[in-house]
Amino acid sequence: MSRPSADVATRNGVFARAFIYAVLILFVVYYLLPLYVMLVNSLKPLDEIRKGNMLALPHVWTIAPWLEAWSTAQIGVQPIGLKPYFLNSIMMVVPAVAISTLLGALNGYVLTKWRFRGDNVVFGMMLLACFIPFQIVLIPAARILGLLGLAGSVPGLILIHTVYGLGFTTLFFRNYYEAFPTELIRAAQIDGASFFQIFRRILLPSSGPIIVVTVIWQFTNIWNDFLFGSSFSSFDSIPITVALNNLVNSSTGVKAYNVHFAGAILAALPTLIVYIVSGRYFVRGLMAGAVKG
Amino acid sequence: MADATMTAPGAVTTAKTTLQDLLPKIVLAPSFAIILVFVYGFIIFTGFLSFSGSKLLPDFSTWVGFENYVRLFRHPNWIVSLQNLAIFSVLYIVICSVIGLGLAILLDQKIRGEGFLRPIYLYPMALSFIVTGVAWKWFLDPGIGLEHAMHQIGWESFSFRWIKDRDFAIYTIVIAAIWQSSGFVMAMFLAGLRGVDNEIIKAAQIDGASTFMIYRRIIIPLMRPVFLSAFVVLAHLAIKSYDLVVAMTDGGPGTSTWTPALFMTKFTFGRNEMGMGAASAMVMMMMIFAIIVPYLYSELGGHKK
Amino acid sequence: MPFLEIDNLQKSFGATKILKGVSLEIEEGGFLVLVGPSGCGKSTLLNTIAGLEPVTGGEIRIAGKRVNDLHPSKRDIAMVFQSYALYPNMTVGQNIAFGMEIRGVPKPERDKAIADVAGLLQIDHLLDRKPSQLSGGQRQRVAMGRALVRKPQVFLFDEPLSNLDAKLRIDMRTEIKRLHQRMGTTIVYVTHDQIEAMTLATRIAVLKDGTLQQYGTPAEIYNNPTNIFVADFMGSPAMNLIPATIGINGKGATVELARDGEKPISLPLGKASDALSPYRGKPVTFGIRPEALTDPDSADRDATAVATADCHIEVVEPAGSDTFAVTNLGGKGVVARLRADAHVQPGTVAPLAFNLTKAVFFDPATEMRIA
Repeated sequence: MSRPSADVATRNGVFARAFIYAVLILFVVYYLLPLYVMLVNSLKPLDEIRKGNMLALPHVWTIAPWLEAWSTAQIGVQPIGLKPYFLNSIMMVVPAVAISTLLGALNGYVLTKWRFRGDNVVFGMMLLACFIPFQIVLIPAARILGLLGLAGSVPGLILIHTVYGLGFTTLFFRNYYEAFPTELIRAAQIDGASFFQIFRRILLPSSGPIIVVTVIWQFTNIWNDFLFGSSFSSFDSIPITVALNNLVNSSTGVKAYNVHFAGAILAALPTLIVYIVSGRYFVRGLMAGAVKG
Repeated sequence: MADATMTAPGAVTTAKTTLQDLLPKIVLAPSFAIILVFVYGFIIFTGFLSFSGSKLLPDFSTWVGFENYVRLFRHPNWIVSLQNLAIFSVLYIVICSVIGLGLAILLDQKIRGEGFLRPIYLYPMALSFIVTGVAWKWFLDPGIGLEHAMHQIGWESFSFRWIKDRDFAIYTIVIAAIWQSSGFVMAMFLAGLRGVDNEIIKAAQIDGASTFMIYRRIIIPLMRPVFLSAFVVLAHLAIKSYDLVVAMTDGGPGTSTWTPALFMTKFTFGRNEMGMGAASAMVMMMMIFAIIVPYLYSELGGHKK
Repeated sequence: MPFLEIDNLQKSFGATKILKGVSLEIEEGGFLVLVGPSGCGKSTLLNTIAGLEPVTGGEIRIAGKRVNDLHPSKRDIAMVFQSYALYPNMTVGQNIAFGMEIRGVPKPERDKAIADVAGLLQIDHLLDRKPSQLSGGQRQRVAMGRALVRKPQVFLFDEPLSNLDAKLRIDMRTEIKRLHQRMGTTIVYVTHDQIEAMTLATRIAVLKDGTLQQYGTPAEIYNNPTNIFVADFMGSPAMNLIPATIGINGKGATVELARDGEKPISLPLGKASDALSPYRGKPVTFGIRPEALTDPDSADRDATAVATADCHIEVVEPAGSDTFAVTNLGGKGVVARLRADAHVQPGTVAPLAFNLTKAVFFDPATEMRIA
């Protein structure tokens, strides 16, 4: 996109340009430095971190810290690595994302195309639910999960993440469908299509972008969640973020920084890959989540 | 039913049309019911708890009135939490906005490689706060991190041990949080800049305004809504800040980096002060609602259908 | 017997009344155009006929059968939307056949119906394309094809031409008229364009603020508007509506039109003015269409009452086929339509012929027609 303001800048001389690039590159260093530190130090023996320079490349390259983080590191009382917790997270994330996205799509469809008295109040209440500090639901949620027999289980976490993701998924689909021409729905009604036929045949085929945005948003948020994971999980449902924190902050034994870094990258990998593969949609989700209405 | 825009007319003839008419509400009802119970019901539940004498478990037999709130605001840990929240949110919001707007304006100068730079600025947003916390915790650790590295390259007098210092530890959390969020603020501002009508800028150029003047007098004032959105997003992230603190310092050294969110979980689940924990959660919610409700109201009221 | 009847139809959204009791009827094969400014309720009226919006009161009957409670798909209607409303994910052929598919019509039958309609509208070559690959005019045709394939009792058109450019709009207008003549199906057509209304309709309903202003043939609406609103709304350039006074001279009534700094023009009304007698000496609004105010050479020779007066010409606008001249009467700019090669110069005085047989009079207070 060419902008006139940029044309003006072009005339401001080489120094101004050089300054701009210098600042931009400085920030590249700022943003990449922690990732670089994690990466190089996850490939060093522990000795080299303690005695050497954290910013230097490894003298001896090793993937042992990665293997240890994955399968043998001591987490809590068990030396089993992050692998089981990684799997817990996957078991939790996939259904929670699928269910909350589907419900959000249906809610958005109803709230925009089948409006009724008070629909704005319903939407407002669902939207407000996105912003509550989750501390306020921790105690009653723990009780409900107990009553439902889901305490400390993966299904319990799925339920919690689905419920507290609904506000956002509904918001995304509602805003998307708001811009979807109502005349198309009317045309389909005249053609005799039913409520679900219209949804499945007319809306869903045109919802690709917003489905991607919503899935990425939900995936990132649920994968990265710590509060619910630390509050509502027991051994066979602990998600990766909680396990990583336990690994890093365990007070016993030698601090294996290289294993910590490898573990941190492992925990970050799924969302990083999603970001790299579909950054455009990731940003759109962030924007949609931030700029309401 | 009378104001439904699209449902089939009120008087229905067959059972089938009745079902079709109700279907939209039947579909929406479970989600709404769940939100009512899990959000608003739970808020009420926690509200009751905050007036009860609950300790280890919810206890609705003893009512203590506002005692939990009084004890809360007399408790030094809560005062520290509020002070930290104030320091954290002011610095976090201001610096994120400055960096975000600055980078957005610089990136908007027809930069070669913008498509390469932008994703680098933004990727931290994809990480979990726990991962961010781990990275910064060890990077700022005097024993192995930055200070150690500087000593290794011969700068023996270099000292940076904020993360171990009661008076400065909270600022290390600010640094990590800014690292995580400022790229996102940049993206918001950049979208705002790109949304400014080009013809307005052309008109200003014809009026002889310099690039600096165009930004200061025209573009930045036009971005008021972006500032507002950024403020709301950052403020609500600040009040909720929990994971990052847990991962970086877990509140320490001592209680120097406690925040309200940390206070709530520590008191409720660590110290068996459920009543006070509930009270602190209520205060957090009120802080967030004080920011969010007017914002949502103006956003939703603005284009009411 | 009327085919489509609308009986005292009312529609409200909350406290806002959109339709305040509209009654209309059209015979089978008629072409009813609903016209009016935006917000007059014409689209709402069409949507209630389609069944897309429930009514608050009144009745809609098609072929004598009350349809108020029928689902849109059961009313035996078809609709062409302003945005065309083509399903973006389906091909042209699938768009046309979607209704049949929902009704479970077997594929061979559907294909045959698609082929018939595509031939009629000359869109055979587009059947496998997606709507996004079509031009505006092609989308318009597909939208009509989707309506035609239903073979409905009534076609509903909601401003179908407003998204087309000027030239295409005129072509499609002719095409719609041709289709109507060929198929003979009843049509209800909404537009805000009064030329479309005049050219297409067998009956025009002029709406304003949810009430019916006038209902009649295009000629009736054009020549005998019932009130100032209809007179002003129909016709382009609009009818001149000039503040005037009814006077008397030796031979009978006159109409007096004030002029800047000169004595008023006095036009004799002859005997055909009984309805005006109560207004003697009182202000009225004098309505005359630009084509009834012309240079003396072009004046209608069959008209029984033509009066000529010298007028100060302020602006001349040659439009190719005609020349428009603007003068000032009664404090308002008044447009006269002269022949193309009329020699008038701005700033000069020229004689203009008033065809008073075509003139109309309104009461300025009630805005209703007097004579």
